[in-house]
Amino acid sequence: MTAARRRERGVDPIPWWLIAVGTLVALYFILPTLIVIPLSFSSASAFEFPPKDFSLRWYENFFTDPVWLKSLGNSFLVAILAALIATVVGTAAAVGLNRLTGRLAGFLRTLLMISMVTPAIVVAVAVYISFLQWHLTGSLLGYVLAHAALGVPFVLVSVTTALGGFDSTLLRASASLGAPPLRSFLRVTMPLISRGVITGAIFAFVTSFDEVVIALFLRSPTFQTLPVQMYNSVTFELDPTISASSSLVVVVVTIIFLVPLLIGSRKKTR
Amino acid sequence: MTTTPRPRRAPRPSWLLLVPALALLAGILLVPLGQSLLRSIGAPEFTLEHYASLFTDGVTLTVLGRTAMTAVIVTAVAFLLGYPYAYLMTRVGPRLRGVLLVIVLIPFWTSVMARNYAWIVLLQRGGPVQSVFEFFGAGDIVFQGSVVGVTIAMSQVLLPFMVLPLFSSLGGIDRKLLLAARGLGSSPLMAFWKIYWPLSRGGVVSGLILVFTLSLGFYVTPALLGSPQQSLIAQLLAQRTTQLLDFAGAGALGILVLVITLVLVAWANRFGGTISAIGVASTSRTKETR
Repeated sequence: MTAARRRERGVDPIPWWLIAVGTLVALYFILPTLIVIPLSFSSASAFEFPPKDFSLRWYENFFTDPVWLKSLGNSFLVAILAALIATVVGTAAAVGLNRLTGRLAGFLRTLLMISMVTPAIVVAVAVYISFLQWHLTGSLLGYVLAHAALGVPFVLVSVTTALGGFDSTLLRASASLGAPPLRSFLRVTMPLISRGVITGAIFAFVTSFDEVVIALFLRSPTFQTLPVQMYNSVTFELDPTISASSSLVVVVVTIIFLVPLLIGSRKKTR
Repeated sequence: MTTTPRPRRAPRPSWLLLVPALALLAGILLVPLGQSLLRSIGAPEFTLEHYASLFTDGVTLTVLGRTAMTAVIVTAVAFLLGYPYAYLMTRVGPRLRGVLLVIVLIPFWTSVMARNYAWIVLLQRGGPVQSVFEFFGAGDIVFQGSVVGVTIAMSQVLLPFMVLPLFSSLGGIDRKLLLAARGLGSSPLMAFWKIYWPLSRGGVVSGLILVFTLSLGFYVTPALLGSPQQSLIAQLLAQRTTQLLDFAGAGALGILVLVITLVLVAWANRFGGTISAIGVASTSRTKETR
């Protein structure tokens, strides 16, 4: 690479303006994320950047105000349950679809993916009206079911990718040795696709944890999630506690996304 | 998806595995959407008046037009910034390319509300963005509560959907063709226009359609950064549902938006790359968005 590359660069250098434009676009990508954390340590009671004095008052607010704490707890609860359901249901569907061919299977796969391209607001409004009739708005069950449905496509994609490298003769070998199908699945399939399942579960969790639009429609005074409380805090109250909440969410999501990387690197070193 | 054909012995369990997922999808998505379709056509007595009034009430068409206009501007911004960025990604070494790719994905995994909050702070009156523009003598541009602010925030989060398909399409172009054109005496601009641009068009088209389609459904960003006087279609849909309780009218509008979206997605699919781009993006994070 080195010598040949250097020679090629001599003939065909990267123009300076391209580097300049690329740097500006990169800044545009990361700027909002970058300012979230310093913002949360500001002492001012108005939204301002850069902060003039530093303090922990917004964190203190966050961890002492029952409304914020309860919303955070609800978000974790909803996201864990929704991710659990989406992972079980989505993994089963991916394994099932992997064994099926033909037009119907293709159609069902598209159908299961459809919530990815459906505008969230359209789903939110339809779900809101139906859930009103079914008495599911403002309830844990309503949030969990809606978010589980949103998580399924992510599990489906990642498990299907993991199954792509799966050799089905292994299952036949296992069956010929007398293992019942469930045992074959748990002992043969599962260990091979576990990375895909974990990735899918993480995406399902984060999708739910961060979901705002449907959550806004399902909220009630007694049950709401953290993104809804954050939305309230910029629309009705202008409460800078959102800054502490924002940086907490960014940190939590980052840590959760780092989990599969850590698992991966540990496997490699073994 | 290609798989080795399974032995014919056990087809039934495979179908059964799909039942829970289909039941969840049906209960949470298909039944509510079906119900709003039925409401919109006035079931049990069939009528198209709710659809007709979308085109005659004077508000819906104006808002639809404004939404389409915003989507066009967002798409144009994403294209103008995304094309050079994707091109730069194909030019640098593997390590830097990895860094650039991670940077593209950052807006995805920054929480929706955290990102919108950050934009409110950056774009507010007297905020940092306005100070920068003031410095260049353009201090009277209003960012928060205007289409400008909404466009800036929306383009940022939709840029990945432009960059990813472009990167996969630009990455497949042999640069030696450009060098050959230069060697034969062509100007750089001419070589780009005659050789590089036509080869990149597949990625361009799918990126354009994808960004345009996704920007039609944004709700949180225009609600927080825009102004109520300049609402977009998603806000109109929300308002008809929760404030006016016009469920039939909201149903008709929702179905209209859904049909427009699905038609555009199907169209983008024909250019390839789109579903795979969504796939890539999804394993890195999709939903806002919106």
